[in-house]
Amino acid sequence: MEKVIIDPVTRIEGHLKVEVTLDQGIVKEARTSGTLFRGFEIILKGRDPRDASQITQRVCGVCPIAHATASVFALDQAFGLEEKIPSNARIIRNLILGSNFLQSNILHFYHLAALDFVDLNRLARYQGEDARVRALKEFLAGGNSSPFFPRYEGDYRLDDRANEELASHYLLALEVRRKTHEMLAIFGGKMPHNVGMVAGGVTEKPTVDKISAFLWRVNEIREFIDNVYFSDVMRIAEKYGDYLEMGASGYRFLSYGAFNLNRHPIDQTKRSRLYPQGLADVALKLADLEPERITEQVKNSWYEDEITNRHPSRGDTVPSENKSGGYSWIKAPRYDGEPCEVGPLARLAVGYSLSQPPVRDLVEKSLSGMKLKFPNLLSCLGRHLARALDTKLVADAMAEWVLQLKPGEPIYVAYELPEEAEGMGLTEAPRGSVGHWIRIKRGVIDNYQLVVPTTWNASPRDDSNQPGPIEKALTGIKVRDSRNPLEVVRIIRSFDPCLACAVHFVTPKGRELEWFRIS
Amino acid sequence: METKRQPVIWLQGAGCTGCSISIMNSVSPSIKNLLLDEVVPGSFLQLVFHPTLMAATGEASIEVMLDTREKEEGRYILVMEGGIPTARGGIFATVGEKNKEPVTVLSRFVSLARGSLAIIALGDCATFGGIPAARPNPTGCKGAKDVVEEEKIDVPIINVPGCPPHPDWFVGTVAHILLYGLMSSDDLDELNRPKIFYGQLIHENCPRRPYFDEGKFARKLGEEGCLYELGCKGPFTYADCPLRHWNGGVNWVIGAGSPCLGCTEPSFPDITGPFYKKISHWEKLKPSLK
Repeated sequence: MEKVIIDPVTRIEGHLKVEVTLDQGIVKEARTSGTLFRGFEIILKGRDPRDASQITQRVCGVCPIAHATASVFALDQAFGLEEKIPSNARIIRNLILGSNFLQSNILHFYHLAALDFVDLNRLARYQGEDARVRALKEFLAGGNSSPFFPRYEGDYRLDDRANEELASHYLLALEVRRKTHEMLAIFGGKMPHNVGMVAGGVTEKPTVDKISAFLWRVNEIREFIDNVYFSDVMRIAEKYGDYLEMGASGYRFLSYGAFNLNRHPIDQTKRSRLYPQGLADVALKLADLEPERITEQVKNSWYEDEITNRHPSRGDTVPSENKSGGYSWIKAPRYDGEPCEVGPLARLAVGYSLSQPPVRDLVEKSLSGMKLKFPNLLSCLGRHLARALDTKLVADAMAEWVLQLKPGEPIYVAYELPEEAEGMGLTEAPRGSVGHWIRIKRGVIDNYQLVVPTTWNASPRDDSNQPGPIEKALTGIKVRDSRNPLEVVRIIRSFDPCLACAVHFVTPKGRELEWFRIS
Repeated sequence: METKRQPVIWLQGAGCTGCSISIMNSVSPSIKNLLLDEVVPGSFLQLVFHPTLMAATGEASIEVMLDTREKEEGRYILVMEGGIPTARGGIFATVGEKNKEPVTVLSRFVSLARGSLAIIALGDCATFGGIPAARPNPTGCKGAKDVVEEEKIDVPIINVPGCPPHPDWFVGTVAHILLYGLMSSDDLDELNRPKIFYGQLIHENCPRRPYFDEGKFARKLGEEGCLYELGCKGPFTYADCPLRHWNGGVNWVIGAGSPCLGCTEPSFPDITGPFYKKISHWEKLKPSLK
């Protein structure tokens, strides 16, 4: 038996450590732990409820809008506004969230994941005229290496041409990614950490100049998605076909649904959305979403066992860092006691199972074009393909939504702050399902809880010792070279983990802080 | 011409990666220019360690960091992104291991700071503690300058706050170091912020200022008028957002109809919040209305 520790796992958001135990090169056991805690729930307590959408955005600079969205949904519900949100505000919120999806997915594929597949060493032989490839070649030839080297050495399999084009697109995608933020700021004011999305609606009015500026940019990005992003993922899939067969978690897929198409039905778990809500298993058998079935378990997390298996809205956080068997600060969220995988693949699986037209049509068309079947998506590269499809689905929808804006019509509804109220906000981040729960007492935040995508995906073992989805996906894979465990990091990154999001629920143990314990 | 490589170690602590993402939004120079090209004639940046962008993973990434610490002592710039948790020895943020024990960001920072040419504390968390240091500061989070002073580290530190900071503020600070050397105390305000970016109040340059002077105030979001009554912190926030604008110049906070949140000030978010409530505690905000 050999133990391999990867700390830090770079090219993800946040601080992650992974430990795998190998038996003759096969992963017998994998353990993921988050290594940063900030204590957002404690910080939120006692504040003006309206500030939650700004504070919770700061959970994550890569996907702040998912938190802003979940937070304004929870506030709208607590303030009794869900039926009053103007349709301009609904659309602008979708455009802001959608822009963040495009940013995050493009960043993830090109700048976080691609260097596990693309070999920049081979650019040394490049003789062509592509200015971006030449720039990279000259940079590396001039004795520079960081941040591209060192790296894990191993099976970089692309031919020269594919390598060169992917390298060129790495640089091109830097520009495209920047434009997604410019597009977002048209209605969001600035990015990261937008100011446009607030409880009651949005702050920025749709005017024809903004509408056309947005449309122009989204169309430019759609062209990139259709002509570059999608085919780049396919090129990697062609050479790394075995990664279409490995890295499945085997667990049920969970989606909270995202992008309201209407303000009805008032029940968020049934609201009409571009991505529908629900659960699908690997055979695509469906179940309705019932958030009350979600609990968080802590047998293998550094928390007192007495708080285990509670619903997030009644959750507590009593740390026990020396607990025997504990190995992570991440709790283990479970649905009906089972682990679930979340993310673009989960959204597609749920939408496809439900035969929701845009999702079903896109998945069917793309799979037949790639000569693949749905089960191929249940894999490491399948997650990358699903993320590319997710990007396309959202971008195409945005181009339609922006034209539904009506200049001159309302964007915001005023309200009175309640003394006592509760609210729940459910949406999707690029990397999976996000839920926020707020309780207001005496006009301030009494309790605020977040359950976020990477808490699901990077969860440790639960009370019945079932591993979390990333741990499960790693179990059984073959690692060719334990000093260069490329297989491990390729699979981890396919989940697009966001650790800053995953670990927020920690009350440090210590007398001086006990009175902040959330009950 | 002789080209110079300026090594940069970019350490992330208690933060959200938003500062890195914001710097990637830089237009001229673009992030591609910052990574590959001469940022100013004759000088490249050499981004030796950056957790979000670097190819290296695990131990190899830490080795590069330690190697640079040793071989480039006194020559590398340390960019600190995120706050530095100090409670209970700093256990709330760790990066990498030594002798199978996790190493705290606090101890990494102290060691890297001592060996650096200069420290750029980037973003609110790294400058003043920011969100993770907000009341009740559960992890004892501090800004870099506080740690530098407590540890008696004699290295110049420049604070580039903002949640996140504008990419131009960072790029301009780096360009100053490359072109003219380290900033002098004349270039910095009393909070070590470059005056060129943080020299004037939002309020002084706000296009809605005439509304304020006329007493025309918006009563709800989305209305014309000064946003003061809705909680705008522009009257005591130093930054050039109204002139520079954000994200390639397409918009900025007040431009989008939102009150300024005061995110370049040490008082963010505890005193600048509630964000959507009229300022009622001027005494804590060091009023500097002209």
